[in-house]
Amino acid sequence: MFKKILIANRGEIAVRVIRACRELGILSVAVFSEADRASLHVRHADEAYPIGPSAAAESYLNIAKVLDAAQRSGADAIHPGYGFLSENAKFARACADAGIKFIGPSASSIEVMGSKTRARQEMEKAGVPFVPGTSRGLESPEQAEQVAAKIGYPVMLKAAAGGGGKGMRLVHTREQLRPALEEARSEAQRAFGDAEVYLEKALVRPRHIEMQVLADEHGNTVYLGERECSIQRRHQKVLEESPSPMVDPDLRRRMGEVAVRVAKAAGYSNAGTVEFLVEQPKNFYFLEMNTRLQVEHPVTELPTGLDLVHLQIRIAAGEKLPFAQNEVVIRGHAIECRIYAEDPDNHYYPSPGKITLLREPSGPGIRHDTGIYEGWSVPIEYDPLLAKLIGFGADRPQAIARLSRALGEYFVGGIKTNLSLFERILNDRDFQAGNVDTGFLDRLLQVPPAGREPGDAKIAAIAAGLFAALDSSTSPPSHLAPGSNGGNGPGNSSESSHWKRAARTEALS
Amino acid sequence: MRYEITIDGKNHGLELERKQQGWQCLLDGREVQIDAVRTGPDSISLLLAGKSYEIMRERRPPDTYLWVGNRGYAVEVRDPRSLGARKKKPGDETGWRKLVASMPGKVVRVLVSEKGKVEAGQGIVVVEAMKMQNEIKSPKKGIVQKLIAAEGANVNAGDVLAIVE
Repeated sequence: MFKKILIANRGEIAVRVIRACRELGILSVAVFSEADRASLHVRHADEAYPIGPSAAAESYLNIAKVLDAAQRSGADAIHPGYGFLSENAKFARACADAGIKFIGPSASSIEVMGSKTRARQEMEKAGVPFVPGTSRGLESPEQAEQVAAKIGYPVMLKAAAGGGGKGMRLVHTREQLRPALEEARSEAQRAFGDAEVYLEKALVRPRHIEMQVLADEHGNTVYLGERECSIQRRHQKVLEESPSPMVDPDLRRRMGEVAVRVAKAAGYSNAGTVEFLVEQPKNFYFLEMNTRLQVEHPVTELPTGLDLVHLQIRIAAGEKLPFAQNEVVIRGHAIECRIYAEDPDNHYYPSPGKITLLREPSGPGIRHDTGIYEGWSVPIEYDPLLAKLIGFGADRPQAIARLSRALGEYFVGGIKTNLSLFERILNDRDFQAGNVDTGFLDRLLQVPPAGREPGDAKIAAIAAGLFAALDSSTSPPSHLAPGSNGGNGPGNSSESSHWKRAARTEALS
Repeated sequence: MRYEITIDGKNHGLELERKQQGWQCLLDGREVQIDAVRTGPDSISLLLAGKSYEIMRERRPPDTYLWVGNRGYAVEVRDPRSLGARKKKPGDETGWRKLVASMPGKVVRVLVSEKGKVEAGQGIVVVEAMKMQNEIKSPKKGIVQKLIAAEGANVNAGDVLAIVE
């Protein structure tokens, strides 16, 4: 087993991996940019090393600096988390060259799955169903028109190197195709430095369902059930759950077996995720494979009772999978909310800044994976994901109820977050019935949120007056005492408050 | 103590008097029985006819918000006796329009030059935060009279980036 693991990441996922290391008796090493010196992952880790300026390109994405920190600290393995260098084949190879174990698949598996067209070619060979279309980049607008005419509109143009919705265009008619292809190409070139674009049929109201797989380095591969990820905004996942309300045991087995076939075709080891688009009559198509731990991995961990990060580390250390496929049991239901620093009242624009007040939820069936704390400033440089709130219950209604309850306990002050969005989703009738597809959230957001009860404004008015009255008196009666020092420490108790009290008495008389 | 309180644009009159046991409270002239305990620098537990509320205060200068449950209210409190009692004046900007950053971030591109002509809706500055780019567009056709934003500069929400006339 490893003695020391460096976590090449930040935020909640770095904290998550550090916790797993501690549970396994492994020392953890954090790395941090200038913006992250006070971040939670640095505080949690056993050791921490600076790796440069705030810009990710000069710190978290800089392979040489990350490897240098690993060597200085004497780490024998690196966990990449998600994002940053996690799906970078060059990084995986550089780790191997430096004699440090990369906790993830081989560089060649990352390469196959990193290009969507190459992945489609491999899957074609392995007999895996994928969305009808081209498995190579489009050569000309004429070819695009021919293929689109054959498979029928609407079609989707996608960047081969793509992700996060960049270089993607939905095309409804032949007239739109040429300009859309031009746009997609130039966007892909700008975003990924690669203008390769392919074409596939656009499915009507598809669901986005993915299958977690786990493979050891001895040829054993299992699937751990699906995650329903259809609730998205601008192709970014917002809420995920497992199991999916539409997947029955038969569909789960069929999708799981295909996912295992995908992993084997790519020579895959460690944790990975095979994404599918699922059409209403339960046809499913391979979309892509993510060669890393997913943000939403907790919704698989709770119903399976497995710790994916522990398993990732054990697999990377050369251990065999400690269970077989028929020992994987799914029990209960888990739902995850991604808490982002963004403003629901202002186009969901990012909202970095100082967290002045934080109340974190807890209690039965609640898991909170977080990278924030009260008094910390959320930097502008990185992804807006602050934390993940996961509700777990014996069944879906109980998971929803627990999550709703916990959302009511959750408060983040000083910055805007999307917390209010989850209340709307969980209360939605279609969501409660499990009727979701990738267009669900766009439809929900077209309806303005319900008005508030008039009674609450009066309570706010009373509270506003109370705060004003309490702030102007510095020595409140004992039953008002807790916290009245404003967190400023014992220093402000004596002289200054006597002054204020005297001033107040005079003003009153 | 008498306060004038504006909640989301609506005015309320509140009288609060501290008594031996708790508070006497008159809201818009009507007596309300309250039991209040401060639970932190920015939180109060309020019991109102047996119902329990936790109120959080969020100070985001220059504004203050109060949260009742998960609903936030923009509040303004005026103590009529204090000299600071004031009313906000709406901006007087005929002809001039300010371009304001809608989120904190970094200016990654400036798309026009000072004294340059712009069309309504033309992009002027691109601000980036948390991997998202936001193009700030000109609200009107005119001339960029002043360009305050410089490439590479950090800006806060509400900062003026340029003035178009």
